[in-house]
Amino acid sequence: MSFLQDARKLLQQNIREYGMYIALFVIMTIFTITTQGTFISSRNIVNLVNQTGYIAVLAVGMTLVIVIRHIDLSVGFLGGFLGAIAAIAMVQWDMPVYLAIPFTLALGVLAGAITAFLVAQMKIPAFVATLAGWLIYRGAILVVTESTGTIIIPDKTFNAIGNGFIPDIPDIGILPGIHKLTLIIGVIAIVLLIFSEINSRQKKQAYNFEVLPMEMFVIKLVFISALIGGVTWLLAGYQGLSWTAVVVLIVVTIYHFITTQTVLGRHIYAVGGNPEAAELSGINVKRITYIVFGSMGMLSALSGILFASRLQSATTTAGQLWELDAIAAAFIGGVSPAGGIGKVAGSIIGALVMLSLTSGMNLMGIGISYQYMARGAVLAAAVIFDVATRNRAH
Amino acid sequence: MNTPILEMKNITKEFPGVKALNNVSFQVTEGEIHCLVGENGAGKSTLMKVLSGVYPHGEYSGDIIFGGKVQNLRGISDSEKAGIAIIYQELALVPEMTVYENIFLGHEIKNGILIDWNETIKRAGEMLKKVKLNVNLAEKVRDLGVGKRQLVEIAKALSKDVKLLILDEPTAALNEDDSENLLNLLRDLKNHGVTCILISHKLKEVIEIADSVTVLRDGKTICTLEAKKGEVSENTLIKHMVGREIENIYPKRGNRQIGEIVLDVKNWTAYDPTLGRSILKDINFYVKKGEIVGLAGLMGSGRTELALSIFGNPDGYKISGEISVLGSQKRFKLPEDAINAGVAYVTEDRKGDGLILIQDVKQNITLANLKEIANRGVVNENSEVKVANEYKVSLNIKTPSVEQIVSNLSGGNQQKVSLGKWLFVKPNLLILDEPTRGIDVGAKYEIYTIMTKLVEQGMSIIMISSELPEVLGMSDRVYVVSGGKIAGELAILDATQEKIMHLATNY
Repeated sequence: MSFLQDARKLLQQNIREYGMYIALFVIMTIFTITTQGTFISSRNIVNLVNQTGYIAVLAVGMTLVIVIRHIDLSVGFLGGFLGAIAAIAMVQWDMPVYLAIPFTLALGVLAGAITAFLVAQMKIPAFVATLAGWLIYRGAILVVTESTGTIIIPDKTFNAIGNGFIPDIPDIGILPGIHKLTLIIGVIAIVLLIFSEINSRQKKQAYNFEVLPMEMFVIKLVFISALIGGVTWLLAGYQGLSWTAVVVLIVVTIYHFITTQTVLGRHIYAVGGNPEAAELSGINVKRITYIVFGSMGMLSALSGILFASRLQSATTTAGQLWELDAIAAAFIGGVSPAGGIGKVAGSIIGALVMLSLTSGMNLMGIGISYQYMARGAVLAAAVIFDVATRNRAH
Repeated sequence: MNTPILEMKNITKEFPGVKALNNVSFQVTEGEIHCLVGENGAGKSTLMKVLSGVYPHGEYSGDIIFGGKVQNLRGISDSEKAGIAIIYQELALVPEMTVYENIFLGHEIKNGILIDWNETIKRAGEMLKKVKLNVNLAEKVRDLGVGKRQLVEIAKALSKDVKLLILDEPTAALNEDDSENLLNLLRDLKNHGVTCILISHKLKEVIEIADSVTVLRDGKTICTLEAKKGEVSENTLIKHMVGREIENIYPKRGNRQIGEIVLDVKNWTAYDPTLGRSILKDINFYVKKGEIVGLAGLMGSGRTELALSIFGNPDGYKISGEISVLGSQKRFKLPEDAINAGVAYVTEDRKGDGLILIQDVKQNITLANLKEIANRGVVNENSEVKVANEYKVSLNIKTPSVEQIVSNLSGGNQQKVSLGKWLFVKPNLLILDEPTRGIDVGAKYEIYTIMTKLVEQGMSIIMISSELPEVLGMSDRVYVVSGGKIAGELAILDATQEKIMHLATNY
């Protein structure tokens, strides 16, 4: 088979997956042109990543919720509420930040478990159960911020999560103005990636399984390395990797690993693909429901922490429309509304698409009303594309 | 009688990578019952979808001539206008609507812009008389059994002045009485001038009812046989369907070493809280090592409920009684517990609750026993592919690769995937619920051979089946279930179809 045929076959087989990346690339290119390069500047990209953070972690959790055929509308205000709880814990209860954060995350898990109880045990449709949660947490935010209004968070460590950057290694005279630790991390990531890809390819070959042709494999590695390298270079040109980006990367890595490599991940997708069959295959569907909603609750808490930290305060309006952004991100990222299909990495791309649109249009000075319309159109287009390519694959 | 009402000429229909129909020609004479037979994947359903407009004109090549006119059908509404109605295996009724609402759904009788309910109810009553169904018109379809729903569906077709009625495996889900009833109705309709195309795997019923039979194989027409000329017999049909003669469809019994009791069920009673009644009453039975035990009985007699209640009780029945596996008493709270004790259950409805259709072959095969190929919770994908390939070879699953999505496989191959999944659990006791329903003769034989091999290796099998020849051909011992009770136990040498039916219907 010739090289071009290989490339075409690969593209055809994976059009759905590559579609999102292409869309993101196109959107970014358009904004780079229309803003004369401001969009792609180091500063803006760093900002973009920090703004995406709290939606990105919600989108990760939402992916799994939708995969098991449920929905969670309560995540936005739950996040906002728990962000306020974290602030209160530190400000009013004098809880140290290292305790306040795990405490808030644990409350998130508890909230998720309550949702799971309603959905799995009481058999209440998730839409209704979480709509109730939406109302309750909305009220709860108002209650806890009632006396003080906005709660200012003075803790520097806490605020660094949303605003700070990882420290650099001491200046050694080379590459002035460039964040060297970020560069080093980027290089390590590329090396690790190449190493693990080669390793997995060799293992597959040892079993005589089908692998990508050599040229395609090399091109794929070069492409991904260039992507990571490019982003690293951009980030290093400003203040380096932000703590928000670190948090998101850790979350995505863990969830990507769980969903693609573990028995738990398989069980989640099996429950989404056919709950009855999963049950009869010895999978405890209730347990999976608890785990998925529990994780969603925890990520809502994390999202609230990221947001509160970024604003350095807890506000009465925190959490508004987050859930819809997260759901939209998941659908743009290729999650199937029918359940059983969807990738965590895809939802992150979806979140980046949504936030790139906001950021780019803000830079262009487009009004908020048109921004909503544009985002709606992109959401519809993404899902249409997804459905169209899925039908063709069958 | 000899004018063709339908002629399909040189029909070719391609899907990406497959020629589903290859130059098929098919002719139906007016006023006859014409059966269409063939193995799964032979192209029967595709041909009928072309005829009913599901695959619109232009997506296939060839001509359809119906009622003397070339038809360019663009959808089901076109074919219905022409007088063709198709009734699928999966019925297309709305369960929450009443019988009369369903009958006129989509072609409501109107008075101006409003629905004329009085006329609707009157006409619906006439339609029910035609199909000899005696139910309350205002009853919800949800509350009717499968057999009655099928009749409602036929009534719906008749209400549209149908000239050609197509039935896709109508008796697959019916018990013997309902099937017989349906066949009588078809004869009756024939006398009233309705032409009928019947797709069926049940050759006995084909022989009983067909005026002519067309055999398809691998997307081609093999032959059309006339009943009048005495051309239709089970052997000729099978020969044409598989392209070879199958001497005996049940494999020879090797020497089976029947050993100790593997499963012993005592005083087993189950109450279904959603139905509000007892579904199993004081059941006692056992299964020995290396034995195939047949569970015969009519549909709805409680066989599947018995299997499920033993297999971890996923439907939440209230149960009393005892189970012991290999001599030790067990209590299975979840299917997981049953699997861990070495019990596997291959469901009756492989699409509904057996397989995950959107996942691929390898993921389905390993699903129930992922821990076998996982290390500290991390799945080893390489050994997964290896395992799946082993079952692909040993069960002869016809798929280009184990990465194929299961919904793309034929029924027989899906059943083999389902079987592979449960064999990978390495059970001592395998419960097979209707293991050959809806699959073709060739695949049936393969499944029988696999079963024989498994018991020779010391596995025990409980086979639930509605097909009496299969029960008699495969079992070592037969229990007959009726009305939630064990109506009788028969040694295979004593068992006959008549005895089983007698026990099954006598409660």
